[in-house]
Amino acid sequence: MESRVRGGPQSTRRNAKYKMNLLYIIGLPILTAIAVLASKTRSQIRWISFIGSLAQLTLALVLVIVFRNEREAGNTSQMLFEQTTKLFPSLSISFHFGVDGISVAMILLTAFVVVAGVLVSWNVEKMTKEFYFLLILLGLGAYGFFISLDLFILFFFLEVAVIPKYLLIGIWGSGKKEYSANKLALMLMTGSALVLIAMLGIYFAQGNVRSFDLMHIAQLHIAPELQRILFPLFFVGFGVFTAIFPLHTWVPDGHSSAPTAGSMFLAGISMKLGGYGCLRVATWLLPEAAKEYSNIVIVLASIAILYGAFATMMQKDLKYINAYSSISHCGFVLLGIGMLTTTAMTGAVMQMVSHGLMTALFFAVIGMIYDRTHTRMVADMGGLMKVMPFICTALFIVGLCSLGLPGFSGFIAEMTVFMGSWEKAGLFYRVATIIACMSIVVTAVYILRAVGQTAMGPIKESYNNLSDAKWNEKLAAGILILGIVAIGVYPSWLNDLIRPGAELIFQRIAG
Amino acid sequence: MPNAAVIALIPLLPLAGFLLLGIFKNTFRNSSGIIGTILLLASAFIAIYVAYGYFFDYGKVNGVYQKLIPFQHVWLVFSKGVSIDMGIMLDPISVIMIVVVTFVSLMVHIYSLGYMKGEKRFSTYYAFLGLFTFSMLGLVLSSNIFQIYIFWEGVGVSSFLLIGFHYDRPSAVAACKKAFIVTRFADLGFLIGILILSYSAGTLDFNTLIQRLTTPGSPELQNAVASSFLGISAVAWGVVLVFIGGAGKSAMFPLHIWLPDAMEGPTPVSALIHAATMVVAGVFLVARLFPVFAITVPGGLNIVAWVGVISALLAAVIACTQTDIKRVLAYSTMSQIGFMMFGLGVATYGGEGSLGYTASMFHLFTHAMFKALLFLGAGSVIHYIHSNEMKDMGGLRKHLPITHITFLIACLAIAGIPPFAGFFSKEEILLAAYENNPAVYWIALFTSGLTAFYMFRLYFRIFWNGPSLAASPSPSKGGGAHHGESFIMMLPLIILAIGAAAAGFIPFGKFVSSDGTPLETKFHLQFSILPVALGLAGILLAIWLYKKQSTRAGKIAASLGKLYKTAYHKFYIDEIYLFITKKVLFNLVGRPAAWFDKNVVDGMVNLTGNTTAAISERIKKLQSGKIQQYAIYFLVAVIGLALIFIYVF
Repeated sequence: MESRVRGGPQSTRRNAKYKMNLLYIIGLPILTAIAVLASKTRSQIRWISFIGSLAQLTLALVLVIVFRNEREAGNTSQMLFEQTTKLFPSLSISFHFGVDGISVAMILLTAFVVVAGVLVSWNVEKMTKEFYFLLILLGLGAYGFFISLDLFILFFFLEVAVIPKYLLIGIWGSGKKEYSANKLALMLMTGSALVLIAMLGIYFAQGNVRSFDLMHIAQLHIAPELQRILFPLFFVGFGVFTAIFPLHTWVPDGHSSAPTAGSMFLAGISMKLGGYGCLRVATWLLPEAAKEYSNIVIVLASIAILYGAFATMMQKDLKYINAYSSISHCGFVLLGIGMLTTTAMTGAVMQMVSHGLMTALFFAVIGMIYDRTHTRMVADMGGLMKVMPFICTALFIVGLCSLGLPGFSGFIAEMTVFMGSWEKAGLFYRVATIIACMSIVVTAVYILRAVGQTAMGPIKESYNNLSDAKWNEKLAAGILILGIVAIGVYPSWLNDLIRPGAELIFQRIAG
Repeated sequence: MPNAAVIALIPLLPLAGFLLLGIFKNTFRNSSGIIGTILLLASAFIAIYVAYGYFFDYGKVNGVYQKLIPFQHVWLVFSKGVSIDMGIMLDPISVIMIVVVTFVSLMVHIYSLGYMKGEKRFSTYYAFLGLFTFSMLGLVLSSNIFQIYIFWEGVGVSSFLLIGFHYDRPSAVAACKKAFIVTRFADLGFLIGILILSYSAGTLDFNTLIQRLTTPGSPELQNAVASSFLGISAVAWGVVLVFIGGAGKSAMFPLHIWLPDAMEGPTPVSALIHAATMVVAGVFLVARLFPVFAITVPGGLNIVAWVGVISALLAAVIACTQTDIKRVLAYSTMSQIGFMMFGLGVATYGGEGSLGYTASMFHLFTHAMFKALLFLGAGSVIHYIHSNEMKDMGGLRKHLPITHITFLIACLAIAGIPPFAGFFSKEEILLAAYENNPAVYWIALFTSGLTAFYMFRLYFRIFWNGPSLAASPSPSKGGGAHHGESFIMMLPLIILAIGAAAAGFIPFGKFVSSDGTPLETKFHLQFSILPVALGLAGILLAIWLYKKQSTRAGKIAASLGKLYKTAYHKFYIDEIYLFITKKVLFNLVGRPAAWFDKNVVDGMVNLTGNTTAAISERIKKLQSGKIQQYAIYFLVAVIGLALIFIYVF
């Protein structure tokens, strides 16, 4: 009820100068998915998926522009382009959509990864139609998740994004794929279950007028005792998705068994669902508990960052290297969220975007190398720069981005987290930040080891006839590199997009 | 003052070269060298034009050189007042640096036209040179401490790319990784230092930061001094950590281990990056933050002084024993940078005591000339011989006459023999040390004698000492063509030799001083006698030992025994590092972490999964599909429930 007072959805839309129907964001993937199902030949499927994903990317870019314009036109309400359609009025569940800068950034990330994922899967021959359908479906789940302002719908889309992953790994995977698929699905489902419990907890704690609406719940004052119970459920539940220590072990197995596009979507999109949920749901809805538990979050994040980095150092398989490094990099997301300052939370979202692009590129490149050398073992590589300069240049770029080199997105995100964390005075926070900073050295060690061994050194006889990237691979890598560099060279657009959203969350926590 | 856009062209032209040659590397191929060189020529011209204007026209207001900021763009905002700005700051040291960087880079560009001819990745090479030059110029022009960090990393990665240019050589790969990781480790200090300083000062802008942290009574300074950790104030932690970053990049003890290995890169690259420009970035950084060091944290300057002089001595001792000519030069670079460092360390802010600051910058300037010359000369020798080892050389003065003469000039300059450039700058540093810190002075004096000795050892072993080459007119080992002295490679040598001979006569104090007020540097004849005499003694010893082939050197080395062996093995510092990284970090941290993750953390997950599976395995037997069994369950349950009901109610 209170949400009406604060300029509810209707009033915002009436004043809006620039309009955007968010239903397009999920409508387009649905259309693409249907078209894929309806198409006959492999080339039709591929091209429809490609065109569909390109349209999604265009739409995401349009969304960014329209969002910026609307903000510049002076619309300061927290969520823009809100719209509500009642679904189950008796349970007050409704399709409530709306975006702030954080969600816009995540939608853009998703669109980038989807295009690249479609492109690198160009040569999938086994059950092509189903494969592309699942990819598009996974994207759909993510889009829906990022625009939902209703917990129930949000949860629905979260599940939409989980199930395709199980099939992608189980059917198109490699290695011990059944084990990995089961492990991933079960661990993520456990996370979802915790989220579900907490969600119902929030719902039933509301007395007579119950709602799943995020905007509505954000207006309520939830008793601190209840927050104390709900926050861990939400945070751990979403945390599993973003590889919170010690519930991260699905990551290495899941990634290494998944097909290339599967790994890209897994690390690039679905790990971000968790980070977004931790911020949007756990932290924003339960500010008191977020403050109380922040130290635990920070400890877990610091452990993940450094421990993940050291564990990466010992890996021998390129995919394992990237998987473990993802644990370390996603630690920055949790660290930023745990620090609860505007800058740190902005950094956390930036890190989600940056890591999403970067890790998708890394997996894409690993896939390209694997397709040619038929091995992912670092020790079996060597001197590939000579025969595949494009792929190896992309590998260098993603490696340098990963180790936080200026000019690429990783640097911007990490530095924003560091600066934001340092704003918190107190030895505890200082130590945590310094531990996080130390990872820049360890990261350099494992990245240079992996990249150096793969691309540099004398080339093996048997690799002399390998070919460089094809057009689809070049385009996929190019798009992702474009994203990484656009953030790295001119970061303020992303910063301006995310910061106001993080600021509002911060204000709610600060009271 | 010229338009900001014109000044911005100085770094942007090399960047354009990088992008152009990097992206269209196959289109340009052989012309890429010319393109890169022309872009750099333009850049160097503008740099000299800007420098001339700054020093003689608009730079000075009321007799004091100003810090001008013609351009500043807010790049990334963190919080109120704290943002990374991309800007250009002109002050005496940055203006001197843009001249040095563009000039030496231009020389290297020209030289490489000959040296790298026929290289398959010619375009890539010039692209990387452009990237490096851009980053280095961005570094010296920075107006914001985070901006300097950004370009700092940029030069780091260009250095990495250029050391590993011959990526198919395992030694080059190892060297570039080592260089990157060691400097990264130091950069960790730099980064934390930035965090501390920016938090204390509430800004990242250099001018504001320096002003706030040096004005007595400013609230920021009071806070920064009041908040301390382990009894050391925040601002002291900040500058010392920043200095660690500088020490890493400038190859100061004990973070120097990457520099000798970095010689795996093409020799012109060593001349540019690992001798004249990038490695002095640490000195530049200390000079940039000098007011904070000198006014607020004088103890920090003491650390700078001692780290500098220890590095100078250590490197000089090692240089006497090395046999790879590039490694000798690498250690001599480290030693000379040590001189610059302790020059800063013994200076005070403003007035007479600031001589060390001016002298250090002066030495940076002259060193860039003669050290680039030495490396390019060595490159010419290596180009001719196809070897880096002294044992393959000797008697080359007849084969490479121009190289020989220019190399000799550079050796005289570095040895501090008047009237060559090194004499003037080194005298000033020694004088400053003598007046402020006698202990440092005596060590430095000894080191300067050693310098003369090992440089002339190098000179005699390359150009004199035996007929090993005279007998074989075509010495190229790899079957390549005979390379004489091509004009394109000799031109930079001659230009640099003129610089190395004459640069000392520049009245440097007039232009560069710690506080912008011109400093009158006096020349003390009686003071110079001792250092010059020691230098000459070093040269005489080198003549006695190395001019002709003899067994004297070997005998002396043998008589020194352990000491010689320790120096030859670079005091085993590499081995210590190897022990720490391999044995401690890999085996005691990395391996257990990976094991723990696989067996304990993941083990818990698997255990949960397996337990659940085992339980369900048991339970599923309940649903067997046999009617009789169900009937029994039903019966048992009914009886059980009945009993419960009876007893409970």
